[in-house]
Amino acid sequence: MASAFDLSINRTETEPADQVCAVAVKNVHKAFGTRKILDGVTLCVNRGETLAVLGRSGTGKSVLTRMIIGLVKPDTGSVRILGQEIAGMSLDQLGDVRKKMGFLFQHAALYDSLTVGQNIAFPLVHHRSDLSKSDRSNRVNELLVEVGLKDAVNKMPSDISGGMQKRVGLARALALDPQILLLDEPTAGLDPISSGEIDELVLKLQSEHQMASVVVTHDLHSARTIATRLALLDRGRVVIEGTFTDLEQSDIALVKQFLKQS
Amino acid sequence: MNGGELIPSATMDPEIQGQSLSPPPANVTPAKGLIIAFFEWFGNLGIFSWQVLKAAGTPPFEFRELVRQLDDVGSKSLPLVGLAGAAIGVVLSMEVRSSMSRFGATSLLPSAIVYSIIQEMGPTITGLVVSGRVGAGIGAELASMKVTEQIDAMEASAVNPFRLLAATRILACILMLPLLTLAADACGIMMGWITQTLVAPISLHQFIDSGFRGATLNDFLPPTFKTAVFGLIIGLIACYQGMRTRGGAEGVGRAATNSVVLASLFVILADVVLVKLILVLFH
Repeated sequence: MASAFDLSINRTETEPADQVCAVAVKNVHKAFGTRKILDGVTLCVNRGETLAVLGRSGTGKSVLTRMIIGLVKPDTGSVRILGQEIAGMSLDQLGDVRKKMGFLFQHAALYDSLTVGQNIAFPLVHHRSDLSKSDRSNRVNELLVEVGLKDAVNKMPSDISGGMQKRVGLARALALDPQILLLDEPTAGLDPISSGEIDELVLKLQSEHQMASVVVTHDLHSARTIATRLALLDRGRVVIEGTFTDLEQSDIALVKQFLKQS
Repeated sequence: MNGGELIPSATMDPEIQGQSLSPPPANVTPAKGLIIAFFEWFGNLGIFSWQVLKAAGTPPFEFRELVRQLDDVGSKSLPLVGLAGAAIGVVLSMEVRSSMSRFGATSLLPSAIVYSIIQEMGPTITGLVVSGRVGAGIGAELASMKVTEQIDAMEASAVNPFRLLAATRILACILMLPLLTLAADACGIMMGWITQTLVAPISLHQFIDSGFRGATLNDFLPPTFKTAVFGLIIGLIACYQGMRTRGGAEGVGRAATNSVVLASLFVILADVVLVKLILVLFH
């Protein structure tokens, strides 16, 4: 572990400049009771870049993404989204920032009483009052085509597969044309073919929309496919951050073990 | 407490909010632990109420959802409330006749039925029936949304769940309870008359005239509008229990049960206070 600490010290020498980061997480700490979850995490994600946050289960990956969208508040440290510090914001102020972000939940978190189309239209109904009903419907169809589900508009979430639910979740996350996209385990629980399709979809959306994306995953293959940079989290700390080649060339035991096991 | 300041999150999840989930220290006795839990529950309810109040008072107002909730709380509860009111009317008519005939005071029967229903039985029975039907419904619905992360998804979509989910449901309960009480009163009085007229025929006009003789608006309006407070209690407790749920299907069941039990209990306790208040202020 000594080398992991060495590396995190090296990182602070090239500390990211907040003003250019779409997402800037700086020295955040979070504990639930006596259990430390995040222990001084610093990350920067630029526009057009995809950062994959890797790590074993329970290392704080999901807490980190929830912190970025403001669902969890850090105990100490700073989270800046498009230059705005979100820690002290009220729910409505946070809402203004969240309109610029899209979030895909691990289990899609679709509204089970609404159809697929209504799920995707939900952010539009609440934030795009300038759109007419037909414009909204066109936008929903456009998003459904984008995620490859043009015939699912009237289906209920319970009537579609897990992979399709993830796609619908992704379409909903993209509804407001976000500048930042957060994906929490986009391929978890999916078969290899569906996982590959989701990866391809994320890559396609990334190249078309040029968002800053943070992908939380423990699927190394998926991370390698979609991410421009990777960060490995262990015990609440960033052990290593860099390209996949950087990870492959690393001497850190944990990184080697992670690559080997994955 | 770990984080100090509470995050303005609708999840109301103590773990997410940074509160300690560790058991109380060993030197805390069970009685002391209960007292702490009691005050913690009320404290969190206070914070929740403040968040809802703040959200309800600021735009955008969720009129469409409010109308949907008014329909859900109001028109869908109407048959049950009407039936409960009718049953009370029948029972009261039979019981009161039996008691009053012993004292030769059967001429006071319409007044006894009408006063009992409009002053106490109608409002209370409406409060309890709505606690059961609406309290369980709201508690289970929001709890289910909470454990499946739908409330988090709503927040992530920049929609304030306190405004969309809680404020609309609480407001619908406040507005619909007095109207449902009127329906329960009407059904109770009507069935009281029918039961009465089967034993000793009396016209509806005579029954109503005799029943409301000497009655003023002070006898009628305060007991009817006190149910708005019942509505506040039912909506607030059901939303609070639902939105702070943890623990999957079991948690959903617990939220629904707790919503009904606590809402019914607080409706009865509030009734005691409100009856005294009405007697002091209006009589």
